Amino acid sequence: MERTGINKKLLIVIPCYNEQGNIGKVLNALSQLSIPGVEITALPVNDCSKDNTLEEIRSHTHLYVNLPVNLGIGGAVQSGYKYAKKNGYDMALQFDGDGQHPVEYIHELIKPLLEDKANVVIGSRFLAKEGFQSSYLRRSGINYFRRVIRMLLGITISDSTSGFRAIDKKTIDVVCNYYPDTYPEPEAIILYHMNSLVIKEIPVVMKARESGTSSIGTFSSIYYMMKVSLGILFIYIRLKANGKRRTI
Amino acid sequence: MENVVPFKIQLLSIIGSLLFMFFIFRLIVKGKLREEYSIVWIACTLLLLVFAIWRNGLDIVAKMLGIYYAPALIFLAAIFAIIIFLVHLSVTNSRLQKQIKDLTQEHALMKLELEKKKLES
Repeated sequence: MERTGINKKLLIVIPCYNEQGNIGKVLNALSQLSIPGVEITALPVNDCSKDNTLEEIRSHTHLYVNLPVNLGIGGAVQSGYKYAKKNGYDMALQFDGDGQHPVEYIHELIKPLLEDKANVVIGSRFLAKEGFQSSYLRRSGINYFRRVIRMLLGITISDSTSGFRAIDKKTIDVVCNYYPDTYPEPEAIILYHMNSLVIKEIPVVMKARESGTSSIGTFSSIYYMMKVSLGILFIYIRLKANGKRRTI
Repeated sequence: MENVVPFKIQLLSIIGSLLFMFFIFRLIVKGKLREEYSIVWIACTLLLLVFAIWRNGLDIVAKMLGIYYAPALIFLAAIFAIIIFLVHLSVTNSRLQKQIKDLTQEHALMKLELEKKKLES
């Protein structure tokens, strides 16, 4: 294994809420994965599921986090990041338990981190415009976030709601300190950028979910837009104020 | 002016304020209300008591503030106090939510560590 002399540790955090039909397949697919020079650990985080997700996870692995209280996807993912920090991982990757994220792209996703070209890498559905493109409503929401983020930060993120992302050690420290609880993805981009972390997007092809339902239903989409808009705005103002205070 | 607040209602408000104060004290003694929250309530009751005893107080204060209809002052003050207290509760609630999140994560991660130790031995 001493091919490059560096052996990096990667933690794959798999948040799952009521994913009994998908999680087994996801864990099987991840156990097949091997990347030269990288030691991979999969860590499913059961966010207090009401179905048999926990039993399904237990039948596959001993290494899992079982939250006694439902925290929402942000809180679940952050638990994984905290584990990564405690156990000295070099990289952490969020991989949704619904099977939408493609295992074959994990290597691509961590490549910029291994080459020190970025601190955060996001897998985007819209750079290649292939595979599952999400519903029209969701796409227009993503377009809106793209405009808001470009206006605030001056950078273009084509798929700000993608949860398929890899982060390095520096970013792990940031997200352990603060990470939004619900619908964290677009807000986290502001958090990363304002902490001067380099964000890079790579094209990925995603699948439609095989079973179960998305965490965002049609009824809650208006709430989602409002919550995320406020989240983006307030985290921007807060970090802007903090940054100013620091320079004084 | 003497007949603005009849004696009966004055007695009633004094008794009411005292009962409320007694109720708050009992909650603190029983440990059902933390002292920091009780301060607000004790202050409110004291204020009620002051105006229950000082019969013309309300009129005088209302005139000072230029409020034509004195009882409107009560509503204004009460609504203002309620809104402030509700915001305070929301802040407390947000803090509790964050603390619960941190505790939940810590607890789940410790359980995982324990499980790992068990498997090793």
